[in-house]
Amino acid sequence: MTTETKTATPGKGISRRSLLKTGAAAVGAIAGSGAITGFPTIWAQNPITLRQFGTGVSNINAIAEKCKEDLGITLEMTATDSDAAAQRAVTQPDSYDIADIEYWIAKKVFPTGVMQPMDVSKIKYYDKIVPLFINGKLKPDSVVAQGTAPHTVGFVDAQDSKTFAKEPTQWMTLIPTIYNADTLGIRPDLVGREITTWADIMDPAFKGKTAILNIPSIGIMDAAMIMEAMGNIKYADKGNMTKDEIDQTIDFLIKAKQDGQFRAFWKSFDESVNLMASGEVVIQSMWSPAVAAVRSKGIACKYQPLKEGYRAWGGGLGLAAHLQGAQLDAAYEYINWYLSGWVGAYLNRQGYYSAAMETAKAHMSEDEWGFWVEGKPAKGDILSPEGKVMEKAGAVRDGGSFEERMGKVACWNSVMDEDRYMVRRWNEFIAA
Amino acid sequence: MATVASTEPNETSGRTRSRSLGWPVAAISYLQATPLLLILGFFFILPILTIVVVSFWDYDFAGLYPDFLTMNYTDTLGSWVTWKTYLNTLKFTVLTWALTLVIGFWVAYFLAFHIRTTTMQMVLFLVCTVPFLTSNIIRMISWIPVLGRNGLVNSALIKLGVIPEPIEWLLYSDFAVVLALVHLNTLFMVTPIFNTLMRIDRSLIEAARDCGASGSQILWNVILPLAKPGMAIGSIFVVTLVMADFSTVQVMSGGQSASVALMMKNQMSLLQYPAAAANAVVLLVVVLLMVAAILRVVDIRKEL
Repeated sequence: MTTETKTATPGKGISRRSLLKTGAAAVGAIAGSGAITGFPTIWAQNPITLRQFGTGVSNINAIAEKCKEDLGITLEMTATDSDAAAQRAVTQPDSYDIADIEYWIAKKVFPTGVMQPMDVSKIKYYDKIVPLFINGKLKPDSVVAQGTAPHTVGFVDAQDSKTFAKEPTQWMTLIPTIYNADTLGIRPDLVGREITTWADIMDPAFKGKTAILNIPSIGIMDAAMIMEAMGNIKYADKGNMTKDEIDQTIDFLIKAKQDGQFRAFWKSFDESVNLMASGEVVIQSMWSPAVAAVRSKGIACKYQPLKEGYRAWGGGLGLAAHLQGAQLDAAYEYINWYLSGWVGAYLNRQGYYSAAMETAKAHMSEDEWGFWVEGKPAKGDILSPEGKVMEKAGAVRDGGSFEERMGKVACWNSVMDEDRYMVRRWNEFIAA
Repeated sequence: MATVASTEPNETSGRTRSRSLGWPVAAISYLQATPLLLILGFFFILPILTIVVVSFWDYDFAGLYPDFLTMNYTDTLGSWVTWKTYLNTLKFTVLTWALTLVIGFWVAYFLAFHIRTTTMQMVLFLVCTVPFLTSNIIRMISWIPVLGRNGLVNSALIKLGVIPEPIEWLLYSDFAVVLALVHLNTLFMVTPIFNTLMRIDRSLIEAARDCGASGSQILWNVILPLAKPGMAIGSIFVVTLVMADFSTVQVMSGGQSASVALMMKNQMSLLQYPAAAANAVVLLVVVLLMVAAILRVVDIRKEL
């Protein structure tokens, strides 16, 4: 209750304790802010600050600037890595208003009761949200992917419920923001043959010229895609392996490592770029901006679509449980603005995807929409949101259109029940 | 009577007090030591105590729970990964130590005995420190384009026709790790050894020569024993630095090799602080034992 007074006193540095001391003042402020709710245009006169922390859009200052310009709402953004984000979401629920977290983090965080679901009737563009986040199917005939698929943690039964609903309800946990489909990056000039499957990374021809990423929770998923593609194992759910499945996967990785299949294991974005650009590796796990970075050096690099499908990831915005009154209204307004198109176009131009594709379309040129979303050859140069040339005219996006890419998701990044065991075994793999 | 008897010694001590500006001698010493005690207590002892305390706590992804569990230690010490990682780290330490000792000694020896003027000695010594004007990370990473598959060494050797195809083990290997560690740490050997060599009384060498000792005998029987304290100090620097290294091992091995500190960093990035704390305590004990062993072999205070 007391933290809600932050509406009346924007700015940092008010501890919970000092607020409790001034309990009487808080009551007054609550009454005051309750009166404000009727007037949504008040933000300019009575500036609202929303504190947002997390992994995805919280890294993009342009969004905060545009939000200030359009809504008068100040966004205070803090970027962290995903493990720290999960911890902060749970342990310091009063330190943020909006959590920008990935879906697998929501699976850990939401049941602890530090967040509140959003009423979809207040989300103006709810029916524009890509169905992938509603029922898990991009198209009616799509197969639901394994792992922590967003729709499985996207809804709860009631406003005060902490358990995820099996069907879409009126209460949504996260509004999807950034999401994408990951695959292997290759050097088409050096692999010397067609790459079609995740299993190709284990081809003896590429011995000592491959790399996978050394971030356990994601690396294990790439390993699972490889294992299954090779026909070594059939997982019940890649995103939630049993101890036995973890053992088999790690043992396989250890053997491949000892046979010298890998050149390196990368941890950060720039490492993956350098490995690829220098020719140390010719095929490796990669993220889409890294592929763009290699290409911007004038080196051929392809984000190769593979027949088993993609490993997808996605994040979204959720509301802290303590949001109330004017601040809650501001948060809804921010989210409605967020889905209204400008941000979506911005994210699409970065090579990610936005939650409400239709609204984003209006903010993109026909050529941009054709290149990024429809998979058509670019008619002119394709620019990044910062105005840098990303692709020359005639280029086609690797993997093709939005539907082709997001329609072939095999699994989502996830959190396993045997998480701790998996991390321990992963460390054994690195030490082996 | 009793009171009189007791006042007497008081008077004596009072006299002592007045001689030392009204303070007991012991109090002054303690007072002089207080600033250091406060600094060390606050910035050194307190954090270490915190680490020790936290190493017994329980944890999950969301937080730390005060407790007294030995789980973190049994997990750490009971896993073959820990043992293997320690062995690996020790291997890097021993190799780096041996190489930096030999190289560092010869550089220091050259500076101390073959350069005649003090000015030139200082100039050359400063030249040794030039690489330290850039950061550790940059000096390490600059090896990558040199050693890589298409790097300077490989492309030069191929062009000269020495090798038909690139040597793979130059980069992302134990070789690369040790090379970078030696490169980064040799100066820590050179400095203290140079310092002790400069203090050696030159007449000792003349005396040895007069007694008919050969150059190698002088080196072995006079210079080396006298250089021991410097070598010990350098060894302490190198051993502690290499045992605690994580970035060099990760970058130069391409993430293929593990070190103790890297293991800790992995745990911390997953917010498993108590496990990392337990690991830190174990590492601290191991390193202290190693330093104690060095000090047992060489009495560094003898020459300071």
